[in-house]
Amino acid sequence: MDFTTVIFSAFALTLLGAGMGVILSRNPVHAALFLVLAFFTGAGLWMMLEAEFLAITLVLVYVGAVMVLFLFVVMMLNVDLDRLREGFWQHLPLGAGVALIMVAEMVLVVSSKQFSKLGADLQPASETVSNTRDLGMQLYTHYVYPFELASVILLVAIVAAIALTLRKRKDSKHLDPAQQVLVKASDRLRIVSMRSEGDQ
Amino acid sequence: MTFAFPNLVPVLPEIFLLTALCAILILDLFVSEANRFLVYAFSQLTLVVTAGLLVMGATGAPISTFEGMFIDDPMARTLKIFAILAVALMLAYSRSYNSSRGLSRGEFYVLVLFALLGIMVMVSANHFLVLYLGLELLSLSLCALIALQRDAVRATEAAMKYFVLAALASGMLLYGMSMLYGATGSLQIPVVASVIQSGTADPAILVFGLVFIVAGLSFKLGVVPFHMWVPDVYEGAPTAVTLFVGSAPKIAAFAFFMRLLVGGMGSMVTDWQPMLIIVSVLSMLLGNVTAIAQTNIKRMLAYSTISHMGYLLLGILSGTDAGYSSAMFYVASYVLTTLGGFGIILLMSREGFEADRLEDLKGLNKRSPWYAFMMLVVMISMAGIPVSVGFFAKLSVLSAALDAGLTWLVVFAVLMSLIGAFYYLRVIKLMYMDEPADAAPLIADTDHRVLISVNGAAILALGILPQPLIDLCTMAITQSLRG
Repeated sequence: MDFTTVIFSAFALTLLGAGMGVILSRNPVHAALFLVLAFFTGAGLWMMLEAEFLAITLVLVYVGAVMVLFLFVVMMLNVDLDRLREGFWQHLPLGAGVALIMVAEMVLVVSSKQFSKLGADLQPASETVSNTRDLGMQLYTHYVYPFELASVILLVAIVAAIALTLRKRKDSKHLDPAQQVLVKASDRLRIVSMRSEGDQ
Repeated sequence: MTFAFPNLVPVLPEIFLLTALCAILILDLFVSEANRFLVYAFSQLTLVVTAGLLVMGATGAPISTFEGMFIDDPMARTLKIFAILAVALMLAYSRSYNSSRGLSRGEFYVLVLFALLGIMVMVSANHFLVLYLGLELLSLSLCALIALQRDAVRATEAAMKYFVLAALASGMLLYGMSMLYGATGSLQIPVVASVIQSGTADPAILVFGLVFIVAGLSFKLGVVPFHMWVPDVYEGAPTAVTLFVGSAPKIAAFAFFMRLLVGGMGSMVTDWQPMLIIVSVLSMLLGNVTAIAQTNIKRMLAYSTISHMGYLLLGILSGTDAGYSSAMFYVASYVLTTLGGFGIILLMSREGFEADRLEDLKGLNKRSPWYAFMMLVVMISMAGIPVSVGFFAKLSVLSAALDAGLTWLVVFAVLMSLIGAFYYLRVIKLMYMDEPADAAPLIADTDHRVLISVNGAAILALGILPQPLIDLCTMAITQSLRG
């Protein structure tokens, strides 16, 4: 067993364990943290396949942004897990049936002759190839037009999200920093002259 | 890896539009509520300049840039100018409606311009990826526009329906496109076309992809059996947005059909013709029959749109250049007529009152003979009665289908348009023969009054002299398709 296989097995087992942890842990915060672990080990597996761009994006986008947001939501919403778990036994047969079909399908695909041929004619990339750089070159040269269009779509999303949610309510107790910094000491503090004890 | 800097001249109108709309977005932050007119004025100015750039840069032969992703041909230019005209009219008609309903925010104008940008991108797309991105730009902007009146439950429901169905349709389209990519190995439409023509691609995969593409396109066009969103969106959205949904995006949908089916899969016409025949027949039948039962005029016009799109497909499915140009003529005249119809409805509604029931049209002649006459013109054009542009539009698609040997289909279409004439004529009867139920005076801005008169006059003028527009469409189609 060479070193790569050892690392792969370590990552794969951690990934499986983390995946189990996501669905088995009772505390939703723990489940979310297990998902972070799963993403990390997944990124490690991609790194082993020399797909470093995907690995970095997975960590940056999913772990850095999506999961943090997820944790916030989980912590803020106070999900009642016991109510979610109601009817677990009732839905078990259906769930198990679907799971069995999926397992059967995956076994059929993986054991087919076509599947073992996949990637047989692929050559390992040379040392100098950097897929982050190549993707960047493609995106900013040949695909610059669709790339710009995608950025326009994101701009629409921002405009739409703000237009649909921003509202000026009369009863909202908002702060106006511009007013706040203009405050003078005399507005907040009243200086009262009192006779000190010594004068008595 | 070599990379030549793309030729930006053909894309100039799009670049200008995007820059200007970003400027409007920022301008909107700095204008006070009283000066909101400025945002409207700048939007119209942007449209005028964009149209000017399009007209000035017009060339006869197709030019492509961005490594063939963007194509600039006479069809694209003409359709873009149609779309800009439609948006300009729509903005003018909806100004007072918007300001009385709190819709006259900068976002409204910016989102409309974004949607227009999406339409322009789609119209001159020559690559599946660009086509899809343009479509998403249009759908997302439209969806936000429909939901813009946030406190209205109907509008939110309509936006939700539109969003879910648009996502479903996009999924189908992408699936179909991925099949085509798998079979032909390219996303460039001309390359796809040449591979299909050479016969090296697997026909089973091609037809499989074609089915999904036709389904996705039918969703976008709003034809039976993928029409469910149309009535709800038309009724639920604010009338100004309904006017927009019903006009310029139809031009984009026509362009989508032309680029994808005719440009990309033109040699598979025998495969997609029967599919479009089914869709077209069902649309004409269901649209016209269901419209009779409607009491809400926006819903009635929604079903009328469904049937009109069925007629539009007649032109496309005949599979000839004459058919395509007749479909283009049809879409132009349909958009012109719809703008007029919704323009009148917008004119009749006022603060706290939507003139969206058929009863609200009662006795319009007594309240304002001129607007009643304009509505009459719109209705006869929709019904396809002579001396209106709608008549020539129907005539040209029907004769194209007849030339393609689809006599039974033409007979069916004529019968359906007879049924359709019933509910258009009912509107005329309500306006001229019934007593007004509502005596409030009709108040409108000068530009609205002038433009609605110009709009009605254009429907009549093109109904008497349709040849210039027909020639324009024929020229655009033949030069674009045959080089």
